[in-house]
Amino acid sequence: MIKKIFFQSIFFSFLFFKEAFAAESGGMPQLNPEFWISQIFWLVLTFGIMYVVLSKFILPKISNNLESRKSQILENIEAAEKQREDSEAKLKEYDEIILKSKMEAKTIFNQTREKTLKDIGAKKEVLDQQIDDEINKAEKEIEVLRVGAPDKINKIAIETSSELLEKLIGSGVNSSSISAIVDDLSRRNGDKYYGN
Amino acid sequence: MAANPMSQFDVYRIGPEIKVGAFDISFTNASLFMIISTVSILLVFNLGSKRNSILPNKMQLLAELSYTFVAKMISDTAGSKAKPYFAFIFSLFMFVLFCNMFGMIPYTFTVTSHIIVTFILAAFIFIGVTVIGFIKHGFGYLKLFVPSGVPAVLLPLIVVIEIISYLSRPISLSVRLFANMMAGHTMMKVFGGFVISLGLVGGWLPLSFSVALTGLEILVAFLQAYVFAILTCIYLNDALNLHH
Repeated sequence: MIKKIFFQSIFFSFLFFKEAFAAESGGMPQLNPEFWISQIFWLVLTFGIMYVVLSKFILPKISNNLESRKSQILENIEAAEKQREDSEAKLKEYDEIILKSKMEAKTIFNQTREKTLKDIGAKKEVLDQQIDDEINKAEKEIEVLRVGAPDKINKIAIETSSELLEKLIGSGVNSSSISAIVDDLSRRNGDKYYGN
Repeated sequence: MAANPMSQFDVYRIGPEIKVGAFDISFTNASLFMIISTVSILLVFNLGSKRNSILPNKMQLLAELSYTFVAKMISDTAGSKAKPYFAFIFSLFMFVLFCNMFGMIPYTFTVTSHIIVTFILAAFIFIGVTVIGFIKHGFGYLKLFVPSGVPAVLLPLIVVIEIISYLSRPISLSVRLFANMMAGHTMMKVFGGFVISLGLVGGWLPLSFSVALTGLEILVAFLQAYVFAILTCIYLNDALNLHH
């Protein structure tokens, strides 16, 4: 149905078309030279004016705009590049400073440690010396006491024996004879009591 | 009469008859649309070049994109030597494009659908290119008709063919634009006539054709302007950089 209408329409339209052409004799208005001169004149006039205005005023402005934008973008890129370089240099500097201060801190730490160790060593030596002195002194005193001890014991023994004898016998006994006995005893048993 | 698909190409006088000597230079509908086209071109590009901001607005973008488009077209086909002729090719491209595009609006007149207009443009280009060629290369420009690497036997024939092809340039250039515009507009008018004559029942098919044709014609309008400009660039390239 649609197909039929389509073909019929085309057929009828060509009829109309032919009728229209038949009605209007003359064909293409383009080939009618009546207004050719007028068209040429107005074409040259309008195109000429447009060309002059475009080439003298408008196109230089557009090209200027494009150039200035290009140069500005380039400038900005350059500035950004420079800033980046600057910041990189600063970063390097910062790293160097950090490294340097780390080293310094290390040396200071080491120095302090050595000094402290030295101090401790010196003080320890002094103390050791003192302790040694004290020990020596004490040993000497002990020695003195040890050397003096038998005499004292003898004396005590003599005194004790004389008192005992006095209580036992009831009369005084010659102390020299007692001491002689005690000496004799102590000499005989000396090794037993004070053996080194 | 509106039913005639050729009546849209009629030129008629607007206002009084103006005569300079024997020549009739009356203001016609063709003149009106030439003025409309040029004024709109100047308006668009004046608005587009007024302010210079880093982030262009729409008009500026339009102007700058057109500028770079034409500049690239010229540098691609004719090289850097064609720079002095940039303004002319730009005006030419824009004039043809705007005339074609204004012709796409219903009830308007298409300036470029008249052979006399396209022929004057093409003839001006032809004469200009030939003059530039002779100025740049002197009589060496005639070497254009003698291609290198052709056997001596064939040379007379080739030279004749080259001369004919060179001389037919303005005709082919003008007829291409004129015929494209005229054929497209005639076809649209014919299909429009079908819509009316077939009415509500059968008119839908030619109407859809008409819609499709309108899109095609807008494409053709741009394409023919582009072809016109790029052929001008190619002819200019022959004149500026003699290859043969």
